[in-house]
Amino acid sequence: MRHVAPAWWWVAAAVGATVLPWHMQQAGLGLGDLRAFAAADPDAASAAAQAVLHGRFWFWPVLAALAVGAVGSLPPGLARPRRGALLFAGGVLGLLAVAAQGFAVGIAGWTTPRLASLFGPLDDRQFGIGLGGCVAVLGFLFQATDGLALRGAFKGDRFTAGAVGLLAFSILVFTVWPMATILAEAFAGRGDLGPLAAFAERAADRKVWGMECVSSGRSCGVAWNSLALAIATATLATLLGLCFALIVTRTGFRAKRALRLLTVLPIITPPFVIGLGLILIFGRAGVVNQIVEAVTGSQLGRWIYGFQGVWLAQVFSFTPTAFLVLIGVVEGVSPTMEEAAHTLRASRLRTFLTVSLPLMRPGIANAWLVVFVESLADFGNPIVLGGSFGVLSTEIFFAVVGAQADFGRAAMLALVLLAFALAAFFLQRAVLGRRSYVAVAGKGDGGLATPLPRGIARAAFAVAIPWAILTIVVYAMALAGAFVKVWGRDWTPTLDHFRRAFDVTPTADGGFILSGLAWNSLGTTVTLAAIAAPVTAALGILASWILSRQRFAGRFALEFALMLTFAVPGTVIGVSYILTYNVPPLEITGTGVILVACFVFRNMPVGVRSGMAAMSQLDRSLDEASATLRASTTRTLARVILPLLKPAILTALVYSFVRAMTTVSAVIFLVSAQHEMATVFIINRVINGDYGVSIAYSAALIVLMVAAIGVIHLAVGRRRLGRRAAAPAPLVPAGGRV
Amino acid sequence: MRRLARALAALLLVLGAAPAAAQGILNLYCSAPVEWCQVMANGFQAASGIHVAMTQKSTGEVLAQMRAEAANPKGDLWWTGQADAHLVAAEDGLTQEYRPAALDDLEPWARQQWTVSHGRAVGVAGLAVGIGFNTEILAKRRLAAPRCWADLLRPAYRDEIQMSNPNSSGTAYTVIGILVQAMGEDGAFSYLQALHANVNSYPRSGVAPTRAVARGETGISIGFLQGFAAEKQAGFPVETVAPCEGTALAVDSMSIVRGARNIAAARRFFDWALSPEAQALTAKAGQLHLPANRKAPPPPGTPDLATAKLLDYDFARFGRGAERARLLARWDAEVGSRPR
Repeated sequence: MRHVAPAWWWVAAAVGATVLPWHMQQAGLGLGDLRAFAAADPDAASAAAQAVLHGRFWFWPVLAALAVGAVGSLPPGLARPRRGALLFAGGVLGLLAVAAQGFAVGIAGWTTPRLASLFGPLDDRQFGIGLGGCVAVLGFLFQATDGLALRGAFKGDRFTAGAVGLLAFSILVFTVWPMATILAEAFAGRGDLGPLAAFAERAADRKVWGMECVSSGRSCGVAWNSLALAIATATLATLLGLCFALIVTRTGFRAKRALRLLTVLPIITPPFVIGLGLILIFGRAGVVNQIVEAVTGSQLGRWIYGFQGVWLAQVFSFTPTAFLVLIGVVEGVSPTMEEAAHTLRASRLRTFLTVSLPLMRPGIANAWLVVFVESLADFGNPIVLGGSFGVLSTEIFFAVVGAQADFGRAAMLALVLLAFALAAFFLQRAVLGRRSYVAVAGKGDGGLATPLPRGIARAAFAVAIPWAILTIVVYAMALAGAFVKVWGRDWTPTLDHFRRAFDVTPTADGGFILSGLAWNSLGTTVTLAAIAAPVTAALGILASWILSRQRFAGRFALEFALMLTFAVPGTVIGVSYILTYNVPPLEITGTGVILVACFVFRNMPVGVRSGMAAMSQLDRSLDEASATLRASTTRTLARVILPLLKPAILTALVYSFVRAMTTVSAVIFLVSAQHEMATVFIINRVINGDYGVSIAYSAALIVLMVAAIGVIHLAVGRRRLGRRAAAPAPLVPAGGRV
Repeated sequence: MRRLARALAALLLVLGAAPAAAQGILNLYCSAPVEWCQVMANGFQAASGIHVAMTQKSTGEVLAQMRAEAANPKGDLWWTGQADAHLVAAEDGLTQEYRPAALDDLEPWARQQWTVSHGRAVGVAGLAVGIGFNTEILAKRRLAAPRCWADLLRPAYRDEIQMSNPNSSGTAYTVIGILVQAMGEDGAFSYLQALHANVNSYPRSGVAPTRAVARGETGISIGFLQGFAAEKQAGFPVETVAPCEGTALAVDSMSIVRGARNIAAARRFFDWALSPEAQALTAKAGQLHLPANRKAPPPPGTPDLATAKLLDYDFARFGRGAERARLLARWDAEVGSRPR
C-alpha cells in the first residue's frame, strides 16, 4: 500500500467521473462502451459528458469536488497536512455530491415536490449508478481516507485508514441505509394517526407483549416467546457445542473426524429438512409415538408442535454453529498455562475449571451470542414445528406477506427483535469486560493439550454421543424422503425424484440439455455462493483485525453496526433491500449483485466474531515485533496475523459459503427470474407438498457442500502453532472411550 | 485493498448486466406451484414466440414485492394468487384495466372478479373450501365422518381439528368469510369460538393443515378440497366433504401490473391464459383447480361439486382492506387469544 501514491485514488475518481459510463447499462457493457466521455446517448455517457454535452447540471458538483482533490494530488510543493486536508475535503465533497445528485434526481425527474418548487420543473431523469459511478465513489472514498492518514489520523497508516473507510462506507450503504428505510415504516402514519401516535400504538400491541400465559391458559406475546426460545436454545446449543469441541480437541476419541463431519451436517442442510425429519420421528404419527403406543397403549400426542419442538429443532440446527465458533478457541488455549497449573499441583479438574474454562470464555460468550441471535432470526423451524406457537420472525414474515400486509407492524416487530439482539450484545461485553485472554504469545509454546479430566470427559461423552446418534437418525429419516415414492406413506424405493431434479437429455447432434427442474437454480446458487464467500471472509477478517487491534473514534459504532444485519431477521433484510435498492441511485434489484450483497453483509458477523475471538488470543507483542522489524502493516497482517488466524478464516469461508447456499428468508424476496436460488426452489416444492424432489435436491446440495468444504479446508490449510503433536499412543485415560 | 477494489469492479461488471432489453419478453410473477407456472410459461412461449421470464412466489410475497416496486415495476403480469390479494392490488392502484377477449365465455365467479375490480383482475381458476379428514385416524378412534360445519363442534372431535391462522393464511381468512356469509357475522364468531375447543393448533402456513391431515398428525382439517384430493391422489388416506351448510369458491386471479414495460406481451398473455387450450394445461400440470373458461373440461380427479351448495361469496366485501382488518381483529380478540 505504501508505494501507491495518493494521487492514484484521485485518478480512479477522475476516470470514473469522466471516462466510464456513469449509469448502469440495460444491455450490459461491452469493451467499446467503456469509453463513454462523448457518448451520444446521455444514459450511456460519463458524468462529465452528461454535464457538458447533455445539460445534466446535477453532475457539476461532482466535477467540482474532483477539482478540489486535484489540487491536493498535484506533485510536491504542499506540506503533508495541507495536502491531506485537500484530499480529504475533495473525497468527502465528492461522496456528498454523488449522494446528493443521486437522491435528488430519479427516474421521474426531481424526487420530491420540494425540490421541484425550489429549482423549477425538470424534464429529465436518470437511472441508477453503474460502473463509472462505482469507480468514482471508491476513488473518492480512498482519496478521503488517504487524506486523513496524511494528516496523521490512524497513526498515519494509509492501509488502516482505507480499511476503516471501506468498512464504514459499505456498512453505511448496505446495512444502515436499508434499516433506516424500513424503520421509517414503523413511524408511517396510519389512518388519522400521526407518526408518533402510530408508532406508540404499534409498540404497545398486546399480541407482542401480553403476559397472559403466566396467569392463565392464554398464549403469551410473541416477544416473550422469542426471548424464552432464544435463551433456551443458545444455552443448550453452546453446552453441546462445547462438549463436541472438547471431545474433538482433548480426548483420544477414535471417531473424531466423523464427529466433526456430523456436527457440520446440520449447518449445510437446507431449512425445513430437520423439522420434517423430527416430525417423522416424534410427530403424532411418528416412529416413536407408534412404538410407545404399541408397547404401552398410551398416546404421546402432539408435544412436538410448539415450544419444545422448535427448541429441539433449533438446538439441532445451531449446535454446529456454536461448535464452529468454539473449536478455534478451544484449540487455541495454550497448554503452557495448563502445564503450569499441573506443576503447581492442581488436579486435572481444578486446572480445567480454573484455567482452561476461563480461557475459553470469549469463545463461549461468542458462541452463545451467535446462537441467540440465530435463534431469534430463525424462520424455518418455527414455521414447520410451531403450531400455534408464534415467534417474532414468523410474525414479521406474515405481517409482510400474510393476510394483514402491514409493513408498519413488521417494522415495529423488527425493532423489538433488534432490541433483544442488542441487549444480548451489550450483556456479552459487560460479562467479558476488559480482561486478557491471550493464549498464543510469541514465546516458545510447547506442551500437549491436557486431556480432559475424567468426570468432564464422561459428561461430555454422555451428552454428545446420544446427540450424535439422534442427529444420524433424524438425517436418515429426512434423507430417506429422497429415495422413496411418497415420504411418510409409500416407502417403495425409487430414484425418480433425482431424475426429475437432475435429468440430462441427450440431443440428436450429440450434445445434451440439462432438462431437470433443478439445474438452473443450482448453477446460480453455486456461482453466487462462490463469489460471496471470499468477499465475506475477507471483509469479516479485516473487520475483526481493525476492531481488535486499532483504536479510533467510532470503533464501537462500527462494531455495533456490524452486528446489526446479523440481528435483523432475513425477511426484514429482504424487504428493506427491495425497498431501498429498487430505485436509483443504487438500483440493483433483479441482479446478482443484490444477492451477493445480502449474503456478504448477513454472514460477515460470524467471520468477525470468530476472528475477534481468535484475535483476542494472539498477543500484541507479535504485531509489535513485526512492526519493530520494519514490516509494513499489510506485511504484518499477511505474514504474521493471517497465518495464525487460519481457523477463523476457515470458519468464515465455510460459514459464508454454506449460508449463501442455505439461507431462505432474506433471499426469497430478492430472487428474480434470472437469478433463482436453490433454497427458494426447495421451499416452493415443500410448500407444494412435493417432498421427494425437495429432499433429493437437498441431498445433492449437502454432497456438494461437503465437497466444497473439503476444498476450502485444503486451500486454507492448517495453522501450525509449533506445539508437539500427540504421541502415537496417546496418554488418554480409559474414560476416553466410554 | 487495490485488489479488492478491482475484484469489486469486476464483480459489478459481471453481475451488473441488467435484464436483457425488453423486446419480446414477458416478466411473469406466478403464485401457483412451480410446475404449473413452468407449463404455462412454456405454453405461452410456444404459442406466441415471446420469451417468458418467470418468478414464482406466494401470493403475499408477490403483493409485498409489487408494493415495494410500485415506483419502478419490474414485473408485467401477475398470474394466479388469491383473488382478494388481486383486489387489494387493484384497490391500491398497483394493477391496470384490461378487457380479456374470452370474458363472455367465463364462469360467473371468474367474470365477477373482473366486475368487482373495475376491470383490473379476472379469475383464472377456482378452489372450493371444505373439510378433509384422515380415514385411518377416524376409524382408529371410532369417530364418524363430519358432513357439515356444525358437525365439527362435536365433543368427540376434541383436539382433532386443524385450521390455519387467518392472520397469516388467506385460506383461513376465506373460511371465516364463508362462515360469516353462511351464518351471519355474530353466528360465525360464536361458531368459531365453539370450534376453538376442538382445534389443536392454528399453524401459520395455509397448507400446513392439509399436510397434517394427510400424514395423520391431525384427524380433521379445514382447507381446499382440491388440496385434500391431491394428497389422496398421492396415496394418503384422505377424504373430502363439501359442508352441507354451503361453501364457496376461492378464486385465483390474474392482473396486469401498472406501469408494465411489456404491455403488449402482457395483454397477449392475459387473453391466452383464459383460452380453453391454456385452461386445459391445468390438468397437465397435475393441478385439480376448476377452469374459469366454461369451454375447458375440469381436470380428472377433482372433487365433484355438482351436489355441493355453493354460496355467492362476496369478494368485494371481504377483499376490502378495512373489512379484513376488522374481521381479523375480531378473530384475535374473540377466538385466537382465548384459552382452551
